[in-house]
Amino acid sequence: MAERGARLLVVDDNKVNRLLLARNVTLQGHQVETAENGRIALEMLRRGGFDLLVLDIEMPDMDGFQVMEQLAADKALRDIPVIVTSSLEGVATIVRCIELGADDYLHKPVNPVLLKARIGSSLEKKRLRDQQKALVERFATSAVAADLQQSGFALGGKRVPATVMFCDIRGFTTIVESQGPEETIELLNTWYTLMFEAITAQSGVVNQMVGDGLMAIFGAPLPVAEPPLAAVRAALEMTEMIDLLNAERAAEGKTALAIGVGIATGDVIAGYTGTQERATYTCVGDTVNLAARLEAHTKLAVRGILVDGATHAALAGRVASEPLGAVQFKGKAQPVDVFAIATARSA
Amino acid sequence: MPASIDRAVFSELQQTAGADFVIELVDTFAEEAPAMFAELRSAHAAAAAERFRRAAHSLKTNANTFGATALGTKARELELGGLPADASGIDALQALFDMTAPALKELARG
Repeated sequence: MAERGARLLVVDDNKVNRLLLARNVTLQGHQVETAENGRIALEMLRRGGFDLLVLDIEMPDMDGFQVMEQLAADKALRDIPVIVTSSLEGVATIVRCIELGADDYLHKPVNPVLLKARIGSSLEKKRLRDQQKALVERFATSAVAADLQQSGFALGGKRVPATVMFCDIRGFTTIVESQGPEETIELLNTWYTLMFEAITAQSGVVNQMVGDGLMAIFGAPLPVAEPPLAAVRAALEMTEMIDLLNAERAAEGKTALAIGVGIATGDVIAGYTGTQERATYTCVGDTVNLAARLEAHTKLAVRGILVDGATHAALAGRVASEPLGAVQFKGKAQPVDVFAIATARSA
Repeated sequence: MPASIDRAVFSELQQTAGADFVIELVDTFAEEAPAMFAELRSAHAAAAAERFRRAAHSLKTNANTFGATALGTKARELELGGLPADASGIDALQALFDMTAPALKELARG
């Protein structure tokens, strides 16, 4: 249990209070360290490793309110639960503590039974928060998780320049039909692992996975130096990974995989969409549609990676490519210039 | 007992924190209190109302921890009463403390 043996910091300028709180906490089976003012407490917290803070309000040098303000502004520290212990009178103090993010408020002299209950509940809440954070990271990619933690969760979007990538496995249905379900899931997991690796290495964010396809964004939610170049490099890396995977599959007598990648650059509307209960970071707009069309067009063009004119222009000749001329896509008023990126196989 | 100590509060402290620890804690209070009184007097002399209030607040909190009700009540008066015109309140609090500290020590050592 997290409740057992947590590491707590007791902050109080009054020695009798400090000793007594530390004693109570130790008797409850936790490890405890003490600080006599807010400034020392912050230094200790920044060195890391504390699960919970028991904080007095009135202290010289830096008081409890200031400590909580500093904690809230510090990404690494703002999730540490704070239990305020004070004998200040009046509701205003309690309200201010809660506004500053305190988990609980205990009046001094602190009742040890109450303290135990509050510490247990705060640690449990922290454990759940940590678990939630880990889940968000697993399912939403760390870039989106970091953005969420930084800016908080708010539905609503903004227009941002970005590069969008669509990718899927060619002839996946045929492969599915030729093998058992376990093997299919295993193949998908391997495939996703390889693709995620290549995309994340270029600071891209995978924001959709559907069957054997995925969508990735470069440049949102976090800025990337050159989204078009990053996306194309990721695509080349993905192609190489597939070649490696195919070498293994050939040794096992299995059919080779081929992927199609479409990349387009331009403004996208990015943001969290859904409801307050269930939402996803997504990008929509013409650029997204175009990337999807380009990905679909790889079959017809018999090329692995296709990019639009904007992406091609941004590459400025740093990656070998071949112009395929203008193509009229469904839903597009004007024909779009399409370029194929030279892969190891096509070179 | 003139020092008026709430025995129930004191024995609960002994039960929850341990009797030996309470001996140590009472001694710590006796050691720390003179500095709090010095702060109270110096804040009063300097007409530093906030410092005065804080020092009284500390004494109140500690007194309440041990169930020293008379001391706690008097300290609270000073805490909430603003900067007093003279030092008589501090003197009265000091007199109460001088009575209370030995009583607490005696109580702690059973």
